[in-house]
Amino acid sequence: MSRAMEKYLREGLAGTAFCPGCGHGILLGAVLRAVDRIGVKKEDLLFVSGIGCAAWIPSPNIGTDTLHTLHGRAVAFATGAKLANPKLKTIVVSGDGDLTSIGGNHLIHAARRNVDLTVICADNQIYGMTGGQTASTTPVGAKSSTDPGGNIYRPFDLCKLVSAAGARYTARYPVTQPRKLIDAIEKALRQDGFTFVDAVSPCPTQFGRRNQMANLKKLYSTVESLCVTPAEAEAMDEETRLHHFAIGEFVA
Amino acid sequence: MPPSVDPKKPPQTLMQGNVAVAEAAIRVGCRFFGGYPITPSSEVMMRIAQLLRENNGTFIQMEDEIASICAVIGASWSGAKAMTATSGPGFSLMQEGLGYAYFTETPLVLVDVQRAGPATGQATHVAQGDVMQFKYGSHGDYYPIALAPWSVQELYDLTIRSFNLAEKYRVPVFLATDEAIGHARENIEIYEEFEIVDRVREGEGMPFGHDAPDGVPVMPAFGDGASLMVTGSTHNPQGFRKVDDPDVHNNLVTRLMRKTMDHVDDIVETEEYFLDDAEIAFFAFGISARTAVAAVRRLREKGVKAGLLRTRTLWPFPEKQITEVGKQVRALIVPELNKGMMASVARGYSQAPVHQINKTNGYVLEPEELIEYVEEELS
Ligand SMILES: Cc1ncc(C[n+]2csc(CCOP(=O)(O)OP(=O)(O)O)c2C)c(N)n1
Ligand SMILES: [Mg+2]
Repeated sequence: MSRAMEKYLREGLAGTAFCPGCGHGILLGAVLRAVDRIGVKKEDLLFVSGIGCAAWIPSPNIGTDTLHTLHGRAVAFATGAKLANPKLKTIVVSGDGDLTSIGGNHLIHAARRNVDLTVICADNQIYGMTGGQTASTTPVGAKSSTDPGGNIYRPFDLCKLVSAAGARYTARYPVTQPRKLIDAIEKALRQDGFTFVDAVSPCPTQFGRRNQMANLKKLYSTVESLCVTPAEAEAMDEETRLHHFAIGEFVA
Repeated sequence: MPPSVDPKKPPQTLMQGNVAVAEAAIRVGCRFFGGYPITPSSEVMMRIAQLLRENNGTFIQMEDEIASICAVIGASWSGAKAMTATSGPGFSLMQEGLGYAYFTETPLVLVDVQRAGPATGQATHVAQGDVMQFKYGSHGDYYPIALAPWSVQELYDLTIRSFNLAEKYRVPVFLATDEAIGHARENIEIYEEFEIVDRVREGEGMPFGHDAPDGVPVMPAFGDGASLMVTGSTHNPQGFRKVDDPDVHNNLVTRLMRKTMDHVDDIVETEEYFLDDAEIAFFAFGISARTAVAAVRRLREKGVKAGLLRTRTLWPFPEKQITEVGKQVRALIVPELNKGMMASVARGYSQAPVHQINKTNGYVLEPEELIEYVEEELS
């Protein structure tokens, strides 16, 4: 175990709740390594999450103060906690469904207000915990338990959404590029004000299996193959662009 | 100072009800308010926004009531005494968060300035239609506290008491007021000194469990170094999620119930007016109790042995007091601004038949309406 993992993982944990091949465990490691770099005292760290598999990344795994809240409301809880005690380095880690479907309003308003929070979205493009239903991030054509014939609605481009709402830093990296992901989280943590990292984190169980990517190697290599630069993404027509991951920093 | 003035008695101050809530909240130590505008509660928010700025507190107008209650809970865990104020539609939006506050044992105060519902209803008109929502608004077994003031003075005093009970029992407390009292302007007395209760932040034991079956655990704040695990999922005394253990769930739900229900004598407050020899009695709360006391006085002048049991606590329900009065009188009459919510609960405890007088046109009951009912139905 790396130093960061040793230092920040909670004592008394009974193993991981994540499925084999879930990206959320890799993201936990990335978050802890980035947190270790900024050197904030453990008692001054607060992790807030909503409801979903992703919300279990910090709770109970991270041995700081953790606030595991309601589905969609992590950012609103975090806003209150941070404003009442500005000393707390407050980090939200939660799912795409949580932060951007049911919780979308809180996300854009916290960005607009420039509340001093870092929000990390564990983006598996699906509602993982509840059985693979379509989310506001599911690509057009992707199959889900509620769209077995393929999703017909456009997904959000989360970085564009949150950038437009006023975030001070936004970036997207997949867990397949851990170094860049850790760097981005570190930058987000160091930047004052509202910062956002869209961490692409594949879900083999609910997304992979339904989309001919049950094989983990295939799932992870497909994610990698769909990564393009923001400039490349902009050059694509909308339909093609929505099937790719524009990787990099958007507001920095 | 003229010689007739008692120096210990504070001077009279003219104040609006909603403003009194804000003033009292600051004095008892409230340092966080998150809210969203809604008639007829907005004056609470507008006044406290100013007071918090002057008192090193935090005010934030959130994007909706869901966010407001969540921010209040977050702030409470950061160690602040925190509150919000709302009415009907906003109170409905807050219910999920209130269940979360209850289950995580988060102290907070919510002022519900009741208006005529359901739905948007009559925003500027009075009602007492949220009686059941205080107790049953959130899902699951749920035993929060709801206090019911009947004057501007009591809005002030019960705001203080709401915070004290919230801090003492680690529970959300509702100040169940209404448009008529919230918008009334009355002279009140503001005392220099009063009891202030603060949560226990340091001490023995776990933050979500207690050896006593009705015990209130210690509540460290974020930043105190307690590595808190706060979760609305079923949790063990330490805070670890335990969503498949039948004993952990049952123990938690039971202790949370007993935390308030084993202490009804400390929480429930009632007042009796002319009850000693009463043959018929009103049972009322809030603005309708003021109507009732006026009606009782006039009925007495007419020789009718009428009395009033007035409750300052809606929940826990004053079961014992109703049972006692029910043994004494031949009729218990419940006047209220809804279709009979309190009456339906009172029926479970009163041996005497429970009559109901209900008004749902957005106006308060007049004493004449109560007197007429007694003369026509009960003489
Ligand atoms: C108000 C409310 N609605 C619905 C749910 C059910 N629910 C639990 S988790 C979840 C989806 C979580 O998806 P996401 O945030 O993407 O996290 P993931 O499991 O994919 O990591 C839903 C809909 C809930 N807990 N609360
Ligand atoms: Mg998801």
